[in-house]
Amino acid sequence: MKPEGKKRIWAEYQKEIPDDHFFYVRSCIRQTFFAGSEQYFLKILRDDLGKDVYEDPRHTTCTGIGYHGDVVPFETIQAVVARHFALATEAGYKHIAISCVTSFGIYSEILETWKHFPETLERTREDLYKATGRTFEVPETISHTSDIIYKFRDEIARKAKYNLIDIATGKPLKVVEHIGCHYSKMFPKYGVGGAEFPHVLVGMIESWGGDIIDYPERRHCCGFGFRQYLVQANRGYSLFASRKKFESMEPYRPDMIIANCPGCTMFMDRWQYTIKEIEGITYGSDERGIPVLTYEEVAGLILGYNPWELGLQYHNVQSLQLLRKMGIKADPAERFLAKDGSRLPEPANLING
Amino acid sequence: MSIDQANKFGFTINRSRLIDYDASDRKVRDYITAREPSFRLCFACGGCTAACTAGHHTTFNLRRMNTYIRRGEIDPLREEVTRCMLCGKCLLVCPRGVNTRNVVAVAAEAIRKLDRNEL
Repeated sequence: MKPEGKKRIWAEYQKEIPDDHFFYVRSCIRQTFFAGSEQYFLKILRDDLGKDVYEDPRHTTCTGIGYHGDVVPFETIQAVVARHFALATEAGYKHIAISCVTSFGIYSEILETWKHFPETLERTREDLYKATGRTFEVPETISHTSDIIYKFRDEIARKAKYNLIDIATGKPLKVVEHIGCHYSKMFPKYGVGGAEFPHVLVGMIESWGGDIIDYPERRHCCGFGFRQYLVQANRGYSLFASRKKFESMEPYRPDMIIANCPGCTMFMDRWQYTIKEIEGITYGSDERGIPVLTYEEVAGLILGYNPWELGLQYHNVQSLQLLRKMGIKADPAERFLAKDGSRLPEPANLING
Repeated sequence: MSIDQANKFGFTINRSRLIDYDASDRKVRDYITAREPSFRLCFACGGCTAACTAGHHTTFNLRRMNTYIRRGEIDPLREEVTRCMLCGKCLLVCPRGVNTRNVVAVAAEAIRKLDRNEL
């Protein structure tokens, strides 16, 4: 293939990620499961990169979990998202930064619906106005927050205090990257690299010195799939999907998993404990489990932030070995110590704790 | 998995539904086609199943049984062959002239031999 042709085709897999001035919309579950991630995303963008990120306390859930669980109708979720756009319009922002992959999928689906069926946009404008008296402009861009970290990955690498390198051997750490299905499998043009070549986490890992593991089930779903976990008896499907991935990646001895979706990060972390209980199998080198981190937590580690302030201790699989490999000095005794010296609640059943 | 573990979480790990053709056990299929070559002629129309009296009263399904044989899925086949009462109605309706009654009889024989490690 001619290089010009290759460039033209690859250009179709790129997306426009704005430079600055983001309207930040939080996730419901990330704030509880990885409380440090969203805080440190804001800290990195504002303090390390000097960007303008606006948060509105009136922002609500996108109701995506209810929508995928068939309890929230499409008309309702369109009005909820339209209200978020109204808040952004009121604050003068045109670029939405979305923390959650479920929300990102919802926003993509709604924008595409409005594009192809303009009457639904008019209906939503009418619904929102009647319900709240608000009006809105359709945003110019939507970016997942992993897109934004991806855009500034080299800038973060230049400020890096640590790299994804084993300091004892000098070799790159072996990293599994996992992209949430709703990031680019539904509407590929909204994701960096589309559905076929998602580059969003690969780019970060390569810039920060790690090696990517290309294992057979790399693009398999983690099993989160809303209907699977909402009904307790169906969670076996979810667990099976994660186990399939762990067994596929296990022979490559990964040092860690990085995911950009809250559901994937949560389940791939917690299911390791469940599989240990049910089957007695603990994955990872020396049966210590495979730590599952968010991209903000990894960016935070790279920039030298305290792992316990990033919230790594609240993952089921503990990252002590990984931190040692990267040369990060973190005292395990301080894991559950608050800044005022009081003890934080310690989760039960930690792996490699 | 023990019942205690299932009760602890309220769910278990689902089994894979994927059929790995590379790992399929072809011994029973080869045994049947060697002794009843007309089995090769079956094109899975399901006429046999529609005519089956046993199938009206039980979950027996000759068409499904043929699929198990072709895929080498021995465990479900082991149970399926015991449900046929060998009446032979399926023979009358088969548009390809497969000796379906004999297919079931030979399949049962193959399973017995397999269980005795003679296959």
